[in-house]
Amino acid sequence: MNNHDKTLVKVENLKVHFPVKGGLPFTKKKFVKAVDGVSIEIHAGETFGLVGESGCGKSTLGNAILGMQKPTEGKIYFKDQDLNALPRKEFKDLRRGMQMIFQDPFSSLNPRFDVYHIIAEPMEIRGGMTDEEIRARVSELLHLVGLSDDDMPRYPSDFSGGQRQRIGIARAIALNPEFLVCDEPVSALDVSVHAQILNLLMDLQKELGITYLFISHNLAVVKDICSHVAVMYLGSMMETGETQKIFKRPMHPYTRSLLSAVLTVDVDNAPQRIILEGDIPSPINTPPGCPFSTRCPYAKEECKKSKPELTELEPGHFVACHFPMMD
Amino acid sequence: MKGALSLIVKIWKHPQGRVGLLIAGVLVFCAIFAPLIAPYDPYDVTARAEKGLSPSWQHPLGTTISTGQDIFSMLIYGARVSLMVGLITGILTALIGAVMGICAGYVGGLCDTLVMRVVDVMLVIPTLPLTIVLTNLFGKSYFMIIFIFVIFGWTGLARVIRAQVLVLKNSNYVKAAELSGAGRWHIMMRHILPGVSHLLIMNTALSSAGIMVAEAGLSFLGLGDPTAISWGKMLADAQSGGALLFGHWWWIVAPGIGIFLSVFSFMRIGLALEEIFNPRMKRAGAMHRLFRTLNNTYIQKVFAEMDEAEREEAREAAKEKGGAAV
Ligand SMILES: Nc1ncnc2c1ncn2[C@@H]1O[C@H](COP(=O)(O)OP(=O)(O)O)[C@@H](O)[C@H]1O
Ligand SMILES: [Mg+2]
Repeated sequence: MNNHDKTLVKVENLKVHFPVKGGLPFTKKKFVKAVDGVSIEIHAGETFGLVGESGCGKSTLGNAILGMQKPTEGKIYFKDQDLNALPRKEFKDLRRGMQMIFQDPFSSLNPRFDVYHIIAEPMEIRGGMTDEEIRARVSELLHLVGLSDDDMPRYPSDFSGGQRQRIGIARAIALNPEFLVCDEPVSALDVSVHAQILNLLMDLQKELGITYLFISHNLAVVKDICSHVAVMYLGSMMETGETQKIFKRPMHPYTRSLLSAVLTVDVDNAPQRIILEGDIPSPINTPPGCPFSTRCPYAKEECKKSKPELTELEPGHFVACHFPMMD
Repeated sequence: MKGALSLIVKIWKHPQGRVGLLIAGVLVFCAIFAPLIAPYDPYDVTARAEKGLSPSWQHPLGTTISTGQDIFSMLIYGARVSLMVGLITGILTALIGAVMGICAGYVGGLCDTLVMRVVDVMLVIPTLPLTIVLTNLFGKSYFMIIFIFVIFGWTGLARVIRAQVLVLKNSNYVKAAELSGAGRWHIMMRHILPGVSHLLIMNTALSSAGIMVAEAGLSFLGLGDPTAISWGKMLADAQSGGALLFGHWWWIVAPGIGIFLSVFSFMRIGLALEEIFNPRMKRAGAMHRLFRTLNNTYIQKVFAEMDEAEREEAREAAKEKGGAAV
C-alpha cells in the first residue's frame, strides 16, 4: 500500500492542562499537565502504538485527538484540516471519520439498549438511511465482528466482556471511520480473549484499511501489531519512531526500563536492564528539566535544568534525552 | 395521544401494572362521578337528627358523630381532592426536579451553581413553620398546600437526578454517541432521560403517596382547607370528632383504606412503568427493591430459613442415629 506515507493525523506541540480544583486563594493556580507538548504523526493505514504507565496522559491525548478534549495549546490535523478551527457543522462531519474503542466494555454500552440499537445508533444519528438499510448494515457489522443476527435483540448484560468489546467495535466501525483510537481495548478483558480481540482488530484493518492509534501499557502487544510507537512519560514524549528500531535499540533510559520490565526471556541479547525505583511524580509539579530526571539512574545536573528536545538519532528514531544510550 | 394510549396498554399487560390500573381506575371513576355515586350530599351538615349512626343499609359507613354527614359519601367525594392533590404534587415535583436536576447536571457551569445553591437554601428552611405562616397569610387552600409541597419537594429529587446525570453524561456510550455527531437533544432524549426515568417514576409515585398522608397531618394541625373534603381531612375530623372515643372505627378505617389504595396503585403503576422503560433493569430497579421489602418477601425468607434449619436438624439427627447404629 503506497498510501502508507500519507499523513492522516498530525498532532503539533499539543498541551492539555487541567486546572487543579481548590488551592488557597491568591496563590498561583496549579495545573495537571496531562499532556505537555506532544507531537505525533500517524500515517494512513498504519497502527501507531502509544505506550506509557497509567496516568501519563495517553487517554487525554487520545481524547484531544478526537476533539473530545479542548487542547490548551497546539494543533491537531485530521486529513490536513485543523480540527479546532473548523465550524461546528464541518467539525462534526469530519470527526465522524474518527471513532473510539473503549477500555471498559461494561460501561461503554448503554445497558438500556439492545445490541441492534447500540450498533444502529451512529447511523440513526447521521441519518440518511432507511430502516431496512440500517438493519442490513447492523447484520453485516455483527458478522464482521464475529457475532450473529440472533444477538440483535439481546442486551449487553447477556454478553461476556470479550463479546461486549466486539459489539463496541461494531459500533465504532458502523460509519466506516478512517481512524480508530483504541484506548487499551483489551486490558479490561480476560487474558484468554486478548488474542481474539487483537486478531479481530488486525483483520478489520486489513479488510477496511482503518488506521489505528493503539493505546496500551503492554509493550509486547505493541511490538506485535504496531508499525510506529511513541513512549510517553508524564505527558511528554520520551522516544518515538519505527517499532523495530525502538525495540531493537531503545535509547531512552525510560524505554529501557519499560522493556526490562517485560522482555525477560531474551536476557543475552537484551540491552542493559534498568529497574525503576520510586513512583511517578505527580503531574501537578512536573520537574522543570527532563520529566524522567527524578527517577533516571543516569540523571546528571543538566537533566534537572533543561528539558531535552526530541531529536532524530537514527533515521526514523527520535529520542528526547540529553544522554541517550547509544550502546 | 397515541403514545399515551399504547403506554397504558403496556401497563395493562404488566401484571403489577394491571392491578394498579384497576384500582386507580376505580378511584378516578369515583372522583369523577362522585355526585352520581354518593347517596347523600357530604357537605350537608343539617341532618343533625341522624348524627353518629353506625353502618347500616341507609348509611353504609354510618354518619359523623358531630354533624351527621354521610361518611360513605364523604369518602367518595374525598377521592376528588385527595387524588388531585396527590397527583398534581407528584407530577409537578417530578417535573421541576427533573428540569432542575438535568439543568444542573447536564448544562453545568453557572446553571449548576445556581440550582445547587437554591437547593441548599431550601433544605435548611424549616417546612412546618413556613407552612403555618403561608397558610395564615394566603388562606388555607389546597392550592397553597400543593404549592408548598412542590416548592420543598423538588430539591431532593433534583440532587439525586443531578448526580445520576453527571454519571451518564461522562459515560463512554454518551462519548461514542457524540463521536457519531449526536447533538445535545439526542443525548438528552436517548441516554440521559431514560437513564433517570426510574428516579422520576419512583419519585412521582412516592411523593403522590406521601402528600396524601402529609395532607392528613396538616389537617390534624388545622392547616387543611376547611371548605373541602379530603381523606386526610376526614381522618382529622374523625380524630377530633371522637371516633375513637365512641368506638366508630369505620370512620377512621374508611379514609385510611382510600389513602392506602391510592398509594398502593400508584406504586404498582410506577413499578410497571419502570420495568417498561428499563426492561433489563428488572432486578436492580429501585422500585423493585422497594417492593421486595414491602411485599413481605422478607417474612417468606425468614420462614424458608426456618424450614431449612428444621430440615437440617432432622438430617443431623438421622445421621447421628445412623452413626449410633453402626
Ligand atoms: N478531566 C480531567 N480533569 C482533571 N485531571 C484529569 C482529567 N483527565 C485526566 N486527568 C489527569 O491527567 C493525567 C493523565 O490522565 P490519563 O490521560 O487518563 O492517563 P492514562 O490514560 O495514560 O492512564 C492524570 O494525572 C489524570 O489524573
Ligand atoms: Mg487511560
